Amino acid sequence: MPAANWNPMTSTTTVTLLERLGRGDTIISDGATGTYLQEHGLEPGGCPEEFNVSHPDIVRDMAKRYFDAGSEMVLTNSFGGSKFMTRKYGFEDQVAEFNRLAAEHARSVAPPGGYVIGSVGPTGEFLEPLGPVSEKEMYDAFAEQITALAEGGADGVVIETMTAIEEATLAVRAAKDNTDLLVMSTMVYDPGPRGFFTMMGITPERGVKELREAGADVVGTNCGNGIERMIEIARLMRAVDDGFMIVHSNAGIPAIIDLEIVYPETPEFMAEHFKTLRDLGINILGGCCGTGPDHIKALGIALRG
Amino acid sequence: MPIVHEGLAREFEYVTREDEREMILAQIEAGDALMQQMAYSLITGDHHAIDELTQKALGEGREANDILDEGLIAGMAVVGVKFRDNIIFVPEVLIAARAMKAGMAHIDPILSASGVEPVGTAVFGTVKGDLHDIGKNLCIMMMRGAGFIVHDLGVDTKPDEFIEAADENNADLVMMSALLTTTMPNMGRTITAFEDMGIRDEYKFMTGGASVTQEFADDMGADGYGDNAISCVAKAKELIGVAQTARSG
Repeated sequence: MPAANWNPMTSTTTVTLLERLGRGDTIISDGATGTYLQEHGLEPGGCPEEFNVSHPDIVRDMAKRYFDAGSEMVLTNSFGGSKFMTRKYGFEDQVAEFNRLAAEHARSVAPPGGYVIGSVGPTGEFLEPLGPVSEKEMYDAFAEQITALAEGGADGVVIETMTAIEEATLAVRAAKDNTDLLVMSTMVYDPGPRGFFTMMGITPERGVKELREAGADVVGTNCGNGIERMIEIARLMRAVDDGFMIVHSNAGIPAIIDLEIVYPETPEFMAEHFKTLRDLGINILGGCCGTGPDHIKALGIALRG
Repeated sequence: MPIVHEGLAREFEYVTREDEREMILAQIEAGDALMQQMAYSLITGDHHAIDELTQKALGEGREANDILDEGLIAGMAVVGVKFRDNIIFVPEVLIAARAMKAGMAHIDPILSASGVEPVGTAVFGTVKGDLHDIGKNLCIMMMRGAGFIVHDLGVDTKPDEFIEAADENNADLVMMSALLTTTMPNMGRTITAFEDMGIRDEYKFMTGGASVTQEFADDMGADGYGDNAISCVAKAKELIGVAQTARSG
């Protein structure tokens, strides 16, 4: 719990996120980005990062709504901002611009004590020998993206939705080698007949260990299959590691109703389970696909009253 | 021939369901020691060995079809079981699929030249707005390995592109993939587009993708759903059977 006499939203002293974690505070993160942007005009499958250039007001408003809802850290609109992902839309020349703007937009609406965390998602490519991309090429792509996020004023990065440990650790190293940012990394674990694994076969225990060895300050899991599964994963991670941890949970497995996506988990339902995650010692809590400002509000009420 | 290859014998132990043991064993036992070596090389993803062994088998006068069934597909069946049961994961499946491709490079031309009827014809694309194709590509490789003709429509495939390709290629199956939850409804919209043209019943529709579930597929009015590349092939075969019965009736 935060110190009773310290309010992150009004404090004028500069306390870093790492310092807050160090004093044992539980940090409230934000909810989904893609879901929000689609509700505000992004075509399904369109390039979200391009909105940083064409629709800056929508991107800023999104960050502001999360800060207003009680998020103490907000993720930037840069999940697919690597050279590899932007190339699919023909925007690979705008990596630096997209990522710098992503951080600037969130920073411009951040209240005192509000942190801006650069979102870094997977490249969508396989490393050699499985795929065509060399380690150096992938490292360079992450370095390019993360450096631009730092230039735009990010306090940290979260390397998220990872399934390949080699890719995740390359990104962690690229962040550590090239910036002073706080580095977080989360992977997606799915329940299977033999327990939780990423699509590429990584267990939560191994993910935590290798991300830590690569230098991640905060490790954890995101997306997933609903918050109850996240609690199971958190227990597995906590059993092998005492360091700072983060969970960004989606709002359950979506259903399609009348061709619209509906996520089943309500803000209240998730808030109750977030308390369990807090009690397990997860230091940073937030949402992923299907969560919005209302989920963050409920999370804040559940944790802080 | 019973299993004599030690490596294959070990791999076969991963198959634990009785019906699957029976089915896969029958496929292996229909072949000889060389086919067992091929099945093993496929499971371990040794594409150089598959390349050589396929040429050797053809050179010794074996039927392309037999090499496919008793060597490559028998091996791939074990891969499928191991994948489903969390023994192996996407990297190992990709490596096995690459080995499959190395074998198919020799077998495909013979099969098409010999006029062997394909199992069925499919058009396969990632739906509108979605640029993710790992799952689709894996399924296509497996489908081709199983004897289907598959026309790859690539990513971001609009409903009218599915309609055009299905018509042009006289397809039995229209197969749609989506990774993003946000683009999944476009599978339903594609089916609706076929309905609007009055041609819905001429095809069987299959859906798949990381976030797609059976319930999803049902909601969208699809005929089939594949949880992974292996079950995708099984489902496609099942639907083809259904489709052919419907036509003859």
